[in-house]
Amino acid sequence: MIYSIIFGVGVALFGFVLQTSIAGINRKVVARVQKRYGPRWYQEFLDIFKLLSKRSVTHGWIFDFGIIMALGGIIGTAMFMPITQDLIAFANYDNFFIFVYLIAVGSLGMAMSASGSGNPLASIGVMRALTTMLAYEVPFMIVVLTIIKITGTSSVTGIVQFQQLAGNNWFIIALPLGGIVGVMALMGMVGKKPFETYVAPAEIASGPMVEYGGKQLGMLFIMHEITVFIEVSLFVHLFLGGADNILIFIVKYFAVYTTINIISSVYARFKIDQVVMFFYKWPLIMAVTQAFVAIYLGWVI
Amino acid sequence: MLSTKFSKMTKEEIDRKWWEIGDFFRRNSLWMLMYCTGCCAIELPPAMTSAYDMERLGMGPMATPRQADVLLVTGYLSLKTLRRLIYTYEQMSEPKYVVGFGSCTINGGVYHDSHAVINQLNQYIPVDVYVAGCMPNTEAVMNGFVDLMDLIKSKKANGWKDYHERYDWYLANQKAALGEVRVHDEFHE
Repeated sequence: MIYSIIFGVGVALFGFVLQTSIAGINRKVVARVQKRYGPRWYQEFLDIFKLLSKRSVTHGWIFDFGIIMALGGIIGTAMFMPITQDLIAFANYDNFFIFVYLIAVGSLGMAMSASGSGNPLASIGVMRALTTMLAYEVPFMIVVLTIIKITGTSSVTGIVQFQQLAGNNWFIIALPLGGIVGVMALMGMVGKKPFETYVAPAEIASGPMVEYGGKQLGMLFIMHEITVFIEVSLFVHLFLGGADNILIFIVKYFAVYTTINIISSVYARFKIDQVVMFFYKWPLIMAVTQAFVAIYLGWVI
Repeated sequence: MLSTKFSKMTKEEIDRKWWEIGDFFRRNSLWMLMYCTGCCAIELPPAMTSAYDMERLGMGPMATPRQADVLLVTGYLSLKTLRRLIYTYEQMSEPKYVVGFGSCTINGGVYHDSHAVINQLNQYIPVDVYVAGCMPNTEAVMNGFVDLMDLIKSKKANGWKDYHERYDWYLANQKAALGEVRVHDEFHE
């Protein structure tokens, strides 16, 4: 048990280091898209440690407690994440719904803390984040439930094993419409450009983060990196057939994150009603079509 | 061996070491708050985009004063904007730095005899680096940022400490210009 907990914290730390490095490399990639040179690849680490080294003010205990709750909740979620089939802290506890439930603790902590700051822009940002969540969850859950129906298990490693036993028949290829919906929902989850509405630096002054500075913002950045790690690795496991060893996992992870980053670097921001209308139109139609085709007609490539 | 070396250090020395490590991170990741009051702000878009690309120095624009490290005062300050500038400066989290752009922040520039603007910015808030020129060209702006990094490295960017130590002097100047610094208006209730 003690071993599992230490191992789980190690997984969260691995996720933080991996995602922070890849986010730094991706800042260079985006800079090259915009014909710039770009920052050093470890710039994200410098930013986070700089924030932790600064002094900061507090806006009451709920402001501080919410941050700690968000960071703790996200680290707790990342502890259950399998990296490969064997590299998993709590075997048999990697159910998909565990991630769906636990990841809400982080979001709720951040929402609580942002409301505790008393800034109206923070409340607008939190409201927009929850609305965006409501928009992308519906098509995403339909696709994931289709996958669960096909594989007959909701365990993430079970789904990975199913794909590998079928001869690396990844679900992004086997369910092509569902794969497209998955990519779009992932961009909504990670908060990339067309769906970046709840951050919107020029419009609502970075939304929920508006009152944070110094140490609290640094902890929020760490929380954000681990959240992105959880979301992107879920995509890798559910749609890209997981990984046999850690190197393949890193390659797939890098490919997924770089792809959505390049897509997002050429887009402008949607308004919040456009986000909801977008997700409830094409991705929902595609997801329902995919579920009908895959479950009732049995057409899985 | 290592532990005996550390145990011999006094608390001040350990604090200084930590501060030096913090300074390394702070000078390599300067986040700006652009207070675009005047015409010098037009020099910032080429400095940020592909022409000069300040992101390679680790700098970037930030949305709110709480998140920012450097306050850029780009140009003349009327008395109304000075009050907001003081609010903004006091909201930033320490350590914080100020860069003044153009002649207007140094001695008033072409507006030196106007009744509505202040002439010397460092009478009201401490300024670490001035970038001279009317307006300064983009190379000078980039050079000013590199100068700020060097000042942080050599521990000379101490404006925020000076603001604590000589707050009475700054407050007296602010009151002489504005009358009352904190006014109750509909935005600050």
